[in-house]
Amino acid sequence: MKIKARVISRGEAEGEVIVSKKKFSFLGDVDPDTGIVVANDSDIAGESIAGKIFIFPSGRGSTVGTYVLLRMKKAGTAPKAIINLETEPIIAVGAIISGIPLLDKPEVDPTEIIKSGDCVKIHALKEGWIEIHDR
Amino acid sequence: MYLTKEEERLLESDNPTIAKSMEILVALGEIFGAEKLIPVKSAQISGISYQNIGDAGLEWLESLDARVKVPAMVNPAGMDVERWKEMGIDEGFYRKQMRILKALEKLGAELTLTCTPYYVYPPSYGDHLAWAESSAVIYANSVIGARTNRESGISAIASAIIGKTPYYGMHVKENRAPNILIEVKGELKDADVSALGFQIGNELKHNEIPIFRLPRNLTNDELKLLGAAMASTGNTAIFHVEGQTPEWKDFQMPDEKIEFDIKEMRFECEPDLIALGCPHLSKEELLKVLEILQSGGKKVKRELWLFTSRKISEENKEIVKKIESFRAKVFNDTCMVVSPATEAYECVMVNSGKALTYLPKLRKVNVAFGSLEECVRRALQ
Repeated sequence: MKIKARVISRGEAEGEVIVSKKKFSFLGDVDPDTGIVVANDSDIAGESIAGKIFIFPSGRGSTVGTYVLLRMKKAGTAPKAIINLETEPIIAVGAIISGIPLLDKPEVDPTEIIKSGDCVKIHALKEGWIEIHDR
Repeated sequence: MYLTKEEERLLESDNPTIAKSMEILVALGEIFGAEKLIPVKSAQISGISYQNIGDAGLEWLESLDARVKVPAMVNPAGMDVERWKEMGIDEGFYRKQMRILKALEKLGAELTLTCTPYYVYPPSYGDHLAWAESSAVIYANSVIGARTNRESGISAIASAIIGKTPYYGMHVKENRAPNILIEVKGELKDADVSALGFQIGNELKHNEIPIFRLPRNLTNDELKLLGAAMASTGNTAIFHVEGQTPEWKDFQMPDEKIEFDIKEMRFECEPDLIALGCPHLSKEELLKVLEILQSGGKKVKRELWLFTSRKISEENKEIVKKIESFRAKVFNDTCMVVSPATEAYECVMVNSGKALTYLPKLRKVNVAFGSLEECVRRALQ
């Protein structure tokens, strides 16, 4: 199954998904050295986003979070790709400078049909789509 | 968003710096619903203090490989690049900060190192810009009538490299219309201008653009302080002043009106540093400081640091020399908010609403507040 989406940051990725239904900030919600979510109020607290395709609705909070994604990318703790329902500038610019593919505004809400642990493929070049592998 | 053939080509550029810059502008354009990109006259880059961007930011800047297409100016750094030792900056910080500046220079940016780029390259009415420093953005929009959104350091670099910005927000005339009238009653004393900006910024809701009805006209230096304070406590990118700012007549007077009493701001502690120049001082403000020092007729008893741009300093060497003869210090390229030097002090007295907002958060110091004159007089006591 393929879900079309808007391309924000270009690239391709394939891998395991982690889904959160809460807004997320890369400044404060995650330990950049490990990729483990440290925000107590998060529905994925204690889990790692490192090397995964991270699906969450949108960003929240601080405007100085842009470089955190870059730091995580260098440390090997960044997500492999990001899918937002509707993204915002901090995460968008952070993803672009870090070379992390980012799609948003998917034609159907992926948090309804994709679960943590599923495997998906992200295509974010001229056109964008999410391909869900057969389970 | 519509892209020209040329813009499409840049998006596919073999040079990753150019391709990514274009990708950033397109992403922002998509997010904010811009229909196209438009050319900008200049860019102004913030977030260049090593204190704020760290190694991740430094290494990213060093990885860039392109030249700016339009004049690009740079916000203050974490130190005076010549007198850093005197400020108590250590060698390690100095080296990292200089690497950041070198990377920006390699891009073709001009190391203006000031939050008052409008004193360096004054924009004209109607010019489209991609500026990042919030106090400069609000000044350019409100006092000059130029047009810029509040860019981030990174989007300003992207705009400098491409020479364009997405057409949305402050670039579109109708988005600049005031929607709340703020009538200020009573006298408006010197310190009240920063206080007004500080308090109004806190009260404005998202997307509220104020037009002020004031008891008297403000000088440009006062408009600078008002805007800087407002942009630090709120998200505001523009304000109007009835009878004074260039666009106040272009729109209908808003229906919503509030009467505002300025509350006296009580920020008190015993200052061991008095710091002026947030935003950077103009020639007129330097002169005012000098006059107060001369009327006091003695050297300062507390540390008095004045911050301005190297350009203003060099154009006013005599004034600076005279001010320093009173044992005050005039530093360039930096300010009390972005420099870690401030952290060596306990209580910093300022006349700036913006400094009041950021000093406790970023430099972890206590703050005292007064007018420019009260600040200088306190330094003499």
